Amino acid sequence: MNNKQINLLVDAVKLLLIMVITLAVIAAIIFSVSDDPLNALYNFFVGPFLSMRRIGNIVEGACPLTFTAMAVMLIFKAGQFSMISEGSFFIGTGVAMSISLAVPMPTGLHALVALLGAALAGAFIAFIPAILKKTWDVSEVVTSIMLNYVCEFFVIYLVTYHFKETSSSSLASWELAPTSLLPKIVPGTNIHLGVILALLLCVGCWVLTNRSRFGYQLRLTGSNPSFSHYAGIKETGVMVGAQVIAGTIAGMGGGVELLGMYNRFKWTTSPGFGWTGIVVALLAKDNPLLIPLSACFFSYINTGANIMAMNSDVSNDVAQIIQGVIMMLIVSGALLQRWRQKLVVRAAEKEQAEAAAVSASVEA
Amino acid sequence: MSTVLANIFSAEFVYMWIRVVTPILLASLGGCICNQAGVVNLGLEGIMLLSALAGVIGGAYGGGLLAGVACGLGVALLVSLIFAYFHLNMEADATLCGTAINTFAAGATVMALFTLTGEKGTSSSLLSFSFPTINIPLIDRIPILGSIVSGHNFVTYVAFLAVFLTWFLFYRTPLGLRIRSIGENPDAAASVGVNVRRTRYVAILLCGLLTGMGGMYMSMGYLSMFTRGMVAGRGFIALAAAAMGQSTPIGALLSSMLFAFFESISNTLQLLALPSQFIRMLPYVATILGLTIYSIQKKNKAYARAQAAVQEK
Repeated sequence: MNNKQINLLVDAVKLLLIMVITLAVIAAIIFSVSDDPLNALYNFFVGPFLSMRRIGNIVEGACPLTFTAMAVMLIFKAGQFSMISEGSFFIGTGVAMSISLAVPMPTGLHALVALLGAALAGAFIAFIPAILKKTWDVSEVVTSIMLNYVCEFFVIYLVTYHFKETSSSSLASWELAPTSLLPKIVPGTNIHLGVILALLLCVGCWVLTNRSRFGYQLRLTGSNPSFSHYAGIKETGVMVGAQVIAGTIAGMGGGVELLGMYNRFKWTTSPGFGWTGIVVALLAKDNPLLIPLSACFFSYINTGANIMAMNSDVSNDVAQIIQGVIMMLIVSGALLQRWRQKLVVRAAEKEQAEAAAVSASVEA
Repeated sequence: MSTVLANIFSAEFVYMWIRVVTPILLASLGGCICNQAGVVNLGLEGIMLLSALAGVIGGAYGGGLLAGVACGLGVALLVSLIFAYFHLNMEADATLCGTAINTFAAGATVMALFTLTGEKGTSSSLLSFSFPTINIPLIDRIPILGSIVSGHNFVTYVAFLAVFLTWFLFYRTPLGLRIRSIGENPDAAASVGVNVRRTRYVAILLCGLLTGMGGMYMSMGYLSMFTRGMVAGRGFIALAAAAMGQSTPIGALLSSMLFAFFESISNTLQLLALPSQFIRMLPYVATILGLTIYSIQKKNKAYARAQAAVQEK
């Protein structure tokens, strides 16, 4: 085995191990809180596949996660820890709502403008922690998290003071303009055009990170900023650029989610797709093309948890617990590391022995 | 506006200010200990949230305040131990490890609340035990000063005592010296025989104790029940305060007071006819501005030092 194969094997086994541990955690939680654990487990794991509508739920739920995870991946690739995709996403929903309700436009164009507005707003928000870090070295971790709260309050302010449906008892906006909504593409489900957009985006990001000059600079900067500095790359510019692109993507994701899935703005708090995006990106292992799969996996967990909550006595918050556990396990660099090293050493020894045998036979 | 000003220059405002600073100060001192040991503990937020709920549940089911405290601190220590194990033994990045704990905490608290009470919002149906308020004899008779200093929650006095204790730990004990030395340079510390990993474990656990107290104050002092997401970023603000205070106890106290000022001012500003969302943004905006101003000053100082060094040559 060469090193690439070894890494693939160890990564696969690590993934399997993480899944087994996660399943054990899920089972342990459900058995300890539920009066009818088998029914709950059945609903959780099998429930999401029982109807076309539920399978649709998995795909729809994966869509916002794909956007935020893509944003997180770009930020992490630049070696930054900005948590801004949460804020960018939510500000995106707010701006898309405002454009949908306040600016009448013809069908098609309306959605396009709303999404562009959402993307711009997301980019602007992501720019703030990035530029603070670049100019004055302010920790982007804390400023981005604080900014998430600011975005949340700002969007709730927009809904409450400008677009609130007064006849509704709970917080909701007026009905969104039909001209701005994204069309559904699969009958019997809510799967909308945004899903296609998300997939195209993944391909685009793959090209950007793997086949473009910027992507090369990004990878170099993320892995070794001082080296790339000496190699003549403006590393701080690349970092800011990556975060702004990330904000654009997350903001657009917010617009897509609102215009694709809802006919009114109904969130009362930020829905947390940005935070879930982190674990989705980590599971996808730095590969944009794997993000949709990883997003589907976490969306499956969310869908399963919702179905379980409807049909049993276990609450759907189990999904968030699982996200935490999986995240903790994925980032454990030392998990199976010794085994990986052992395999690498053994392969090297074997290679050496073969080389020695060859040179011995040549001498003879 | 004048009513707002009159409110700020009143003894009640200062009293409220001290009340609001308590959880931030405790967590921030914990953050200082971790920072000094070279570990950025982003899990403060989650640890606070979990111990806030554990304190209420422990009290309700254990039948008393002490049971609640034991449960709250126990959970804080357990979660800190998990953080420490994954960060130190499994080589998980501290930021992501902390984020994992925060995610877990957000889900686990609501799930536990729902399982025990059938509600997802608050623990109001559980019998809550709160820390007592303490009137300091004699001082409480002094006008103005008495109404500011006396009559606070027990945990508030613990928090201010903890400033001194943390100072004592850092600068007067061998453990404190070891903690500071590995934060300064782990390899150098290891070369003179300091067990880096074990010292970091101790630092993370001490941080857990302080943060756990801060979390319990939220549900057993500040309010007398647990509400979903009640920590609301205070753990992150505490981390910012620790960084801004350069991880010294006095620095953490001052910057916590600064951030808490904006939180209590936002309570007062609700008298004005501004949209409440803008007022509630204030502590978070203040944290961003505070960190930025601090970083600008730090950068200028470093620049001035470099200039001076060049001129000496």
